Amino acid sequence: MEETKFIGTPRKATTHVSQNEGLMFEKSSAGKKGYRLPLLDVPAVDAAALLGEAVRTDGLGVMPELSEIEIIRHFTRLSTWNYAIDLGMYPLGSCTMKYNPRINEAVARLEGLAEAHPYQPESLSQGALGIMKMLSDALIEITGMDTITLQPAAGAHGEFTGILLTKAFHTANGNPRTKVIVPDSAHGTNPATAAVCGYQVANLKSNALGMVDLAELEKMVDEDVAALMLTNPSTIGVFESDIHKISDILHAKGALLYMDGANMNALVGKTRPGDFGADVMHLNLHKTFSTPHGGGGPGSGPVACKKILEPFLPSPVLKTNPDGTLGFDYNRPQSVGRVRAWYGNFGMFVRALAYILANGPDGLRQTTEDAVLNANYLRSKLEGTFELPYKTRSLHEVVFSDKLQAKNGVKTGDMGKRLIDYGFHPYTVSFPLVVNGAMMIEPTESESKEELDLLVDALTQVAREAEENPELVKNAPHTTRLQRLDETGAARKPVLRWKAPVSSTELTANTAAKEW
Amino acid sequence: MRYLPKSPADRAEMLEAIGVPSIEDLFATIPEEFRLTRDLHIPRQHAESEVLDVFRAFAANIASGDPAELATRPASKPFASFLGAGAYRHYRPVIIDSLIQRGEFLTSYTPYQPEISQGTLQAMFEFQTMICELTGMEMANASMYDGSTGAAEAVMMAVRVTGRDGAVVARTVHPEYREVLRTTVQHQGIPVSEVGFIRETGRLDLAALEAAIADDTACVLVQSPNFLGVVEDVAAIAEIVHKKGALLIVSVAEAVSLGIVKPPVEADIVSLEAQSFGVAVAFGGPYCGVIACKEKFLRQMPGRLVGETKDRNGKRGFVLTLSTREQHIRREKATSNICTNQALVAMMVTIFLTVYGKEGLRELAEQNLAKAAYLRSEMEKAGAKPLFSSPGFNEFAVGLPAAAASVNETLLSQGIIGGLALAKWYPELGEAAALWCATELTTKAQMDSATTTVKV
Repeated sequence: MEETKFIGTPRKATTHVSQNEGLMFEKSSAGKKGYRLPLLDVPAVDAAALLGEAVRTDGLGVMPELSEIEIIRHFTRLSTWNYAIDLGMYPLGSCTMKYNPRINEAVARLEGLAEAHPYQPESLSQGALGIMKMLSDALIEITGMDTITLQPAAGAHGEFTGILLTKAFHTANGNPRTKVIVPDSAHGTNPATAAVCGYQVANLKSNALGMVDLAELEKMVDEDVAALMLTNPSTIGVFESDIHKISDILHAKGALLYMDGANMNALVGKTRPGDFGADVMHLNLHKTFSTPHGGGGPGSGPVACKKILEPFLPSPVLKTNPDGTLGFDYNRPQSVGRVRAWYGNFGMFVRALAYILANGPDGLRQTTEDAVLNANYLRSKLEGTFELPYKTRSLHEVVFSDKLQAKNGVKTGDMGKRLIDYGFHPYTVSFPLVVNGAMMIEPTESESKEELDLLVDALTQVAREAEENPELVKNAPHTTRLQRLDETGAARKPVLRWKAPVSSTELTANTAAKEW
Repeated sequence: MRYLPKSPADRAEMLEAIGVPSIEDLFATIPEEFRLTRDLHIPRQHAESEVLDVFRAFAANIASGDPAELATRPASKPFASFLGAGAYRHYRPVIIDSLIQRGEFLTSYTPYQPEISQGTLQAMFEFQTMICELTGMEMANASMYDGSTGAAEAVMMAVRVTGRDGAVVARTVHPEYREVLRTTVQHQGIPVSEVGFIRETGRLDLAALEAAIADDTACVLVQSPNFLGVVEDVAAIAEIVHKKGALLIVSVAEAVSLGIVKPPVEADIVSLEAQSFGVAVAFGGPYCGVIACKEKFLRQMPGRLVGETKDRNGKRGFVLTLSTREQHIRREKATSNICTNQALVAMMVTIFLTVYGKEGLRELAEQNLAKAAYLRSEMEKAGAKPLFSSPGFNEFAVGLPAAAASVNETLLSQGIIGGLALAKWYPELGEAAALWCATELTTKAQMDSATTTVKV
């Protein structure tokens, strides 16, 4: 008997058949091939003779043997089990899941860029360096900063680099200082970064509006404080209107303002961190500048900063030679050092620049305006259905709470899971920590009014279900290939790789020959 | 703007629903003095065809990206390259890009919601399994930024595991990896000392290693094949390291070597750069680091991990697991500040490894070995002297008949990018020392042409 799966009617999605698929190792059989190497045009060698004891002898028993069509089907089938921006909205607050333009992918694969070796002569790298220069110039202008490094590989890596710059600056001034202030609304990477850089973390409590408490900040800032790491707009999606006062309080004691640029999608073309007092910040190219998330990476986390921090930038620094050509400057005696091999995630620079060119100044401004418009539209449509803990005007995201539904035992995580049945990815659950039962929604500019209305409709129906049939919501999702997974069990007895089943009748030669 | 899905009427209707007269009202919380009232000074909005033209100009080595220059200055493509040194040119089967450009892989988020992320999660589980098999380790994470940051993270992991605080690093670890290591660990109070190599063999100086390991040394980091192309005697190194109670970390920068070179099974932690497995050299990134280790060190592993579990109907599924190590739970007490991994690049690696599989990885590695052996012998005939006697994989260091910089200039005039000059990092090897690499993509004709030029 078919169980009841809905009280409401999902308008965005219908269940349909998806293919089953095992692990590639379970499908493998000896002698199948998915490759063919070209004819060897030099004499073959005896590997054992050349390498001696260093030759591999174990036979790589676990590695699969599959034909090309099976490999295509394997990964295509897996892909259909994923949600993606290309399928619909990701209302994930703080993650800026926007459209990833396909021209970005096309240009990143041009032969002269994809095949450029990082050690090829600079005379052959002028195009690659030109991309880095044009992107750097654009990001400096967008942030209102003086200079930039593209080297950090991701947002958290950018934070690390930015705090190292701060530390080098203070050290050059005679005192590296001991503390970094992090608001309680911050991303987890902020305190983790401060700790990795050797700083103590001082937690700053937000005020009743969810903002920086100026009086509290003033009490905390002294000559031991290296920096405040501030996300602006904050993780509740609100601009810190007192930003210049915050910056003044810090600067009065010689501390710096580090800005976490995770929420830059609310600001591009409308205001510039460098103008409102930030000294150093990172950008997430995979958020604001449309490079794909790809299921968790790669990211790219350029760090822009004021002139006072320039001597400390990671080496090498992009330079223009006297003859107008571009090159790298490795002679940086005050540099914090290198944070990554070579020059950073170059492929992401190509994509981010393609996005900036496709937009231009007018497109970027309209993008920011649409992102803010979308968040405020959702807020106006959903306020009342869900509790809105902070009433200050939202920018690019809005944070509700599950307070109204929690009285029926339905939590933010349950409603997030239930959204899956309605054809959406969940919003960000239980973050920021300053809101109990947070439901954090960031639509980005990429959503049409129709898609937003579908989300409003879905969330409204979920709220109704939370009243009328809380169990339905608490056990969601009901329509997916798999239902809720046992995460506790996964952590208690971790199974992190596939092992060939041990069979008494069939012990393969490879297994037997293994020496570990 | 073509990416924005709203008509002017939609915008007006939405503003009305919100109850504000204009879009500017939504930005009222930004103090007026800080609002930007002009256009950003960035290039104008480009049509898609124009974007393509700009990048075609960049790809043709025109620094300005001005397509007009492309018309007057057609670029000449180098004929051959012998560069490796941590970024290797291997053939990338076309199905890698067809598959990873499926929107469900390309445009999905980190798989925190396993019910709608099983595709990425299962592929990452397969990735972890294959990395374990290749490296001889028991556990592997779902990727790190790259080999340089991965090696630094591995050192910090060893410090946590042992409760000791020093690191000893081979001078034959990639010079840029060593720079990243120093930047990364100095703020944790982890002193780093270096151990040199034997001039004849190119291998780590074991006597110096033994002397360098102190009672508080947490780990020794070596690379194999090392930066100079030589395969290290990992078993002998491990014996010395373990005798002193420290951990051995082996960094592998040329992953294809694992098809034919014995994996570093004696190591405690392996830090792999998997770029060689189907990832474009792309001017240095994005690449794909991975940390693999013995099972007992699992709880100190940085980065995301995928684990097998069951859903409530008993069906097999996969989830991100052991996240209590990570920053979003532990904040300042996390094992690392790392958040992002290289999932899409790890997907490329997974597809590459599936294509080549059990037989192909060995065959591929054998071709690399054969090409490099041929190049080495031809270089010798041309008057270059291999610098080290110990076996290598697809790279080797040679003393050229003249300074490497000037030989490379001559080669470049023939459209050939010669091997990497080593004096910058290893002045003791002299101005003539260079690191040459040949892969399955290097043809006999290219090698013959290069060695002929070297001779002159």
